[in-house]
Amino acid sequence: MNQFEYVRPSTVAEAVALAAEPGAAFLAGGTNLVDLMKVGAARPARLVDIRRLPGLDRIEWLDNGGARVGAMVRNSDLAYDQRFARTYPAVAEALLSGASAQLRNAATVGGNLMQETRCAYFHDMASACNRREPGAGCDARHGQNRLHAVLGWSEHCIAIHPSDFATPLVALNAVVEVQGQHGLREIPIDSLHRLPGADPRRSTALEPGELIVALRLPAEAAAFSRHARYLKLRERTSFAFAVVSAAAALRLEDGSIREARIALGAVAAKPWRAREAEAALAGAQPSRESFVRAAGIALADAGPSGDNAFKIELARRIVLRALAAAAEGTPDATPALPGSPFSTIPGVRNVA
Amino acid sequence: MPFSISLVINGVPRVIALDDARVTLLDLLRERLGLTGAKKGCDRGQCGACTVLVDGRRVNSCLALAATLDGAEIVTIEGLADGDALHPVQTAFITHDGFQCGFCTPGQIMSAVGLIAEGRAGDDPEHIRELMSGNICRCAAYQGITEAVLEAQRVMGERRRKDAA
Repeated sequence: MNQFEYVRPSTVAEAVALAAEPGAAFLAGGTNLVDLMKVGAARPARLVDIRRLPGLDRIEWLDNGGARVGAMVRNSDLAYDQRFARTYPAVAEALLSGASAQLRNAATVGGNLMQETRCAYFHDMASACNRREPGAGCDARHGQNRLHAVLGWSEHCIAIHPSDFATPLVALNAVVEVQGQHGLREIPIDSLHRLPGADPRRSTALEPGELIVALRLPAEAAAFSRHARYLKLRERTSFAFAVVSAAAALRLEDGSIREARIALGAVAAKPWRAREAEAALAGAQPSRESFVRAAGIALADAGPSGDNAFKIELARRIVLRALAAAAEGTPDATPALPGSPFSTIPGVRNVA
Repeated sequence: MPFSISLVINGVPRVIALDDARVTLLDLLRERLGLTGAKKGCDRGQCGACTVLVDGRRVNSCLALAATLDGAEIVTIEGLADGDALHPVQTAFITHDGFQCGFCTPGQIMSAVGLIAEGRAGDDPEHIRELMSGNICRCAAYQGITEAVLEAQRVMGERRRKDAA
C-alpha cells in the first residue's frame, strides 16, 4: 500500500474541498478502496475520511412519499429497515444478496455505487488495463473473460460493474444527490455509471472531488412493491458476485401488466436498463410467453466479449425467472437465500 | 505523521499511538497489541478469519483502517470468555465439533456472536448458513458450525429469559 495523507474533515464542504486536489479519494466503508489499495490498483495520495460527516447516515421519508437515504447508511441498516424493505423490496433483496454479513455491516450506500469493477486484470498490477492506466491495453480482451461484459463493451474495456444494489435502483429510476465545490446536483442512477467507449478510465459521471451525499428513490417506485424481485445467479450459493442478475418489477392492474421495469446486473460496465423489453410488456398478460419475449428483447443487442456467450442465454433466463417471480408476488418475508434463483419460495430449504 | 487514537478493546480503554495511517485494525491487534486471536487469512475481506466486533457489529478487521476507528469499541475472541467460563458460542463450537484445524474458528465465533446479536436468523439452519457465509472454513466443518450457532443461540435465549424472570 502506498503512503497517503489521512484527513478527517468535519463538514461536507470541507470534505469536497479536500478531495478536489488531484490524487485524493474519499474513504467510506473501505471494503472496496482498502482492498484496491492493498493490491496497488488504487494509490490515492490523500484519503478523505467521510465516515463521520454529519447528516449522511439517515433514512428519511419525504413529503412526496419517496425515500432519501444518506450516503453513509450501511448496506445492512438499509436492507433491514422495515419500511424501506416493504416499500422497495427488490432493493432490499439485492442488498442482502450481496457480499457477506460482515461486509454489509461496513459497506455504505455511496461506496457501493462507487465501487470499482472486479475484473481480475484491473486488480492485477502485472496486467495491462485501460481502466487503470489509459492506453495500456486490455489483457482481459483475450484472457480469462468468461464473466465479462456481453452488453455495452468496447475493444478498450470489457469489464462489468459488480453492484447488486445498483441494479434495482436503475430499474426504479433512483437518483443520487452529488455535492461538488460549486454546489449540489442530481444524477439519475442510470447516468451515474459510464460505458467504457474509448475512455474506460472515467467510470462514473462524477467530476473530481464530487461526493455522493444521498440516494433518492421516487414515490412512484413504491407502486411496484407487491411485484418486485431481484434474482442473481452465482457460482456458489452465497457470498459471490453475480454471473448474471436481474431486477424485475411489475405494476399489475386487472390481471394485466400496466407497467414493467427490468434491469440487468453483471452484463455491462453499468447496470443495464432494458427499456424496450419493458415497453413490450406494457398491456400484456403476465404470462410465460410475454416474459420469454421480453427477455429476448432485453438481450437482443448482446454479444460475447470473449468466452462468455453462455452469459447471454443465462441473462435471458434470469430475466425470465425474475419476471415470473415478480408476477408471483413479492414474498412476505425475505427468502433465506436472498436473490437466489434456487430458493425463491420462502421457507423452502435449498439444503435438506 | 504520528497521531493517536482511543479504542476500548475488550472492555479496556487504550490510547494507541499510530505512526502510519496504513495500519489496519487487524494488523494493529495482531502486530502491535499482541492480540493474535483474529487471524489473517486472505487479508482482503473474502474469508472472514479476521472478524471482530466494532461497536457491536461484526466486520472484517483486515479492511478497516485503524485510524478511522478513533473512539470505537472493539471486541475480539480474547474478550469473549468471562475468566475461565467460556462464552456460550465457544462452548457450543466445542460441543458440536465446529472446527478441525481451528484457523478460521476465532472469526467463525465472532461472526456467530454478531449474528446472534442481530437476531434475524431464527432457528432456521438455512438462514444461519446464509448469514455465516462470510466465514470460510477450509476444513469444511460447516455442519458442526451451523449446529453450534443454533445451540448457542438457544442457550443464550434461555439465559436471557431466566435473567429476566
